[in-house]
Amino acid sequence: MAMKKKHQRLVLALIALVAVIGAGLLAASALKDEAAYFYTPEDAKVKGVEPGKAIRLGGMVVGGSLKKQADGVTIAFDVTDGKAVVPARFTGIAPDLFREGSGVVAEGSFDRNGTFIATNLLAKHDERYMPRELEGMTYNATSHEMKAQ
Amino acid sequence: MIAELGLAALWMAAALAALQLLFSVLGLAQGKAELLSGVRPVAIAQGVLVLLAFLCLVALFWRSDMSVALVALNSHSAKPWLYKFAGAWGNHEGSMLLWVTVMGAAGAAVALFERALRRDTHMATLGAQAAISLGFYAFLLFSSNPFARLDPAPRDGQGLNPLLQDPGLAFHPPTLYFGYVGLSVAFSFAVGALVTRRVDALFARAMRPWVLAAWVLLTIGITAGSYWAYYELGWGGWWFWDPVENASLMPWLAATALLHSVTVLATRDALRAWTVMLAVVAFSMSMVGTFLVRSGILTSVHAFAVDPERGSFILALLAIYIGGALALFALRVGTVREGAQFELVSREALLVVNNLLLTVILGVVLIGTLYPLMTEAFGHKVSVGPPYFDRIAGPLALALMLAMVAGPLTRWRRDRAGVVGGRLIWPLLAMLGAGAVLGVLAHGRLSLLSFFGLVIAVGVALGSVIPLFKRNLRRTPLFVYGMVIAHLGCAVSIAGMASDSAFTTEKLIAMAPGDRVESAGWTLHFDRVAPLAGDNWIAMQADVSVSRGGAKAVLHPQSRFFTSPPTTTTESAILTRWNGQLYVVLGEQLEDGRWQMRIWWKPFVTLIWLGGLMIALGGVLTLIGRERRGWMLRLRKGSAARGTGEEWA
Repeated sequence: MAMKKKHQRLVLALIALVAVIGAGLLAASALKDEAAYFYTPEDAKVKGVEPGKAIRLGGMVVGGSLKKQADGVTIAFDVTDGKAVVPARFTGIAPDLFREGSGVVAEGSFDRNGTFIATNLLAKHDERYMPRELEGMTYNATSHEMKAQ
Repeated sequence: MIAELGLAALWMAAALAALQLLFSVLGLAQGKAELLSGVRPVAIAQGVLVLLAFLCLVALFWRSDMSVALVALNSHSAKPWLYKFAGAWGNHEGSMLLWVTVMGAAGAAVALFERALRRDTHMATLGAQAAISLGFYAFLLFSSNPFARLDPAPRDGQGLNPLLQDPGLAFHPPTLYFGYVGLSVAFSFAVGALVTRRVDALFARAMRPWVLAAWVLLTIGITAGSYWAYYELGWGGWWFWDPVENASLMPWLAATALLHSVTVLATRDALRAWTVMLAVVAFSMSMVGTFLVRSGILTSVHAFAVDPERGSFILALLAIYIGGALALFALRVGTVREGAQFELVSREALLVVNNLLLTVILGVVLIGTLYPLMTEAFGHKVSVGPPYFDRIAGPLALALMLAMVAGPLTRWRRDRAGVVGGRLIWPLLAMLGAGAVLGVLAHGRLSLLSFFGLVIAVGVALGSVIPLFKRNLRRTPLFVYGMVIAHLGCAVSIAGMASDSAFTTEKLIAMAPGDRVESAGWTLHFDRVAPLAGDNWIAMQADVSVSRGGAKAVLHPQSRFFTSPPTTTTESAILTRWNGQLYVVLGEQLEDGRWQMRIWWKPFVTLIWLGGLMIALGGVLTLIGRERRGWMLRLRKGSAARGTGEEWA
């Protein structure tokens, strides 16, 4: 049971090393899945996302696409990155600065019909905040002109 | 005049820090006692001067002196007094000044009150502390001068971000900073011990109160920050794995590991090199945290500063300190003699398990936080979100909890597996029982993580109080109570997290005044909505009468609009009952006149923060229990002859 006394320190150092490497491998394996966490509408169209998989979808809210549904708490809107358009739906209280033509990062998953069901919306929180994935994107809500970085 | 006085005090404090470093290095290198005897007075004077500089900045904010750029950018004459006061550190320059002020004050305290440490180690520690301060002084004076003037002065300021105008937030960042700085002191002790080749139990006992204090403050800071995000953001969540939250969590994880390993070193004289390494890691995490928050590299809900130049400065400091410390460690680790031995079944071994698991969690959180930044450097934007952290950190944390049940029930140095197993029988039975009850009652409604969270919480709760059984409770040392309460706090907190994620009921509805709705046994009646004006905001406030059983209350959720800068915030209304919280958010008004309303019933969610406070309380009790004797001795002796350390043996 007892460790050889001379070797205790070495054994501890080795265990620590294994733990650190283990952490790295664990993180790497999980990141491989998560690296695909953020999608633009084009990514979603090209790569395809299986329904039900939790992702973040980022883009601009297409001008004129925002519709309130009768229950008063569900909204439907389209998200674009200038290359593709994805229909999205959100039930909840939208952030104060969520509006047509503004940037949005939606957390949620696709349903079977290809509509993105958002469970959470991250919009520009104040005039200094921009979702980091959208940095550099600009969009004109009336002309639908889109500029990526 | 006040601004100039502050700037002069800051320059002088910086010069004294340089002098302190010089005296310490030259004194130690050449063995000159007269140089070394200059270190303490200089450290104290430096602390006083930097405190003066900080008070000058507070005075400028207090008087709303708009000729100072920092005040004009971050304050407004119409702001309530508390936020004028807190505005002094609610911005980049001010918060860095606060950091260096606390560091200076801590250095002065080490100079004044540290008696147990050997003199040369003490002086090396103060030298290391001066080196760290010096970097931050340079940062302030060359790239973030808080006292810069504006000419011409504007008529009024731009105001403080409304999200930050909250009493909790006035004191949240300073609490975290105090914790960060406490870890910098621990780091200085480790460097001092390495320099003088004195990595032993004596050094661990000198370092321990600083680690404990830092850890308590970080615990309070994280708990308060989590509650702030919970009620202020109006999303009903209490932890978002936001990089800024991770920035405070990572030093806490490292400090928790350090706290346990320094106890092994102080009590049993084992884990010497490992403890020094952890002290370096813990301070590195404080620096990484400061870098993430202050560089503006993260554009997240919390990060408001944007300036890449500053980021590079902090990164350079980080590289110098950590690189230097690691180089010193590599050079000197050979001279750190191996400490006391222990067996495979012993408390030391379980504390090693604790340390390893904490390190792995830390590594996983660190990688998850930095990964998006690294990929972005290669032009590829990625975000790492809650699924990653929950999936990995969750199970690891639960494994850590299991080790926590066994640790206090195992003897130091050597124990027998069978005997430990016998002591563990009750927690194990309790967990089996809880698992069976939950499996029957809530079958299929619980996620795996929530299920195991609740089960393990029961085991930890029982296991953490077992050390008190069959003990004379009045003669039990205070630090044992500290450990029991802190571990119990972990159980309470985990139970709250699991309960919130498993049993929360949410209702989202559009209501007109006069409407009634039922949710989770509560009846909510939307009485009316009316405008309301505050000091620097206007709001629409709803009156919602809520009742369940005999209990009645009126909640007032608001949608608040600030004029400078123009921003809308939602002010949630929360009703706290013994068994949970009713959380109501007022959304926007629809064209037909109805209002969006979001209603949560969160059973036992308050346990999350109650547990956090218990953990902090446990730390305070341990600190008092461990250090009281030393403090009394010092008080009685006054500033008489320096102890040689025998008083601790």
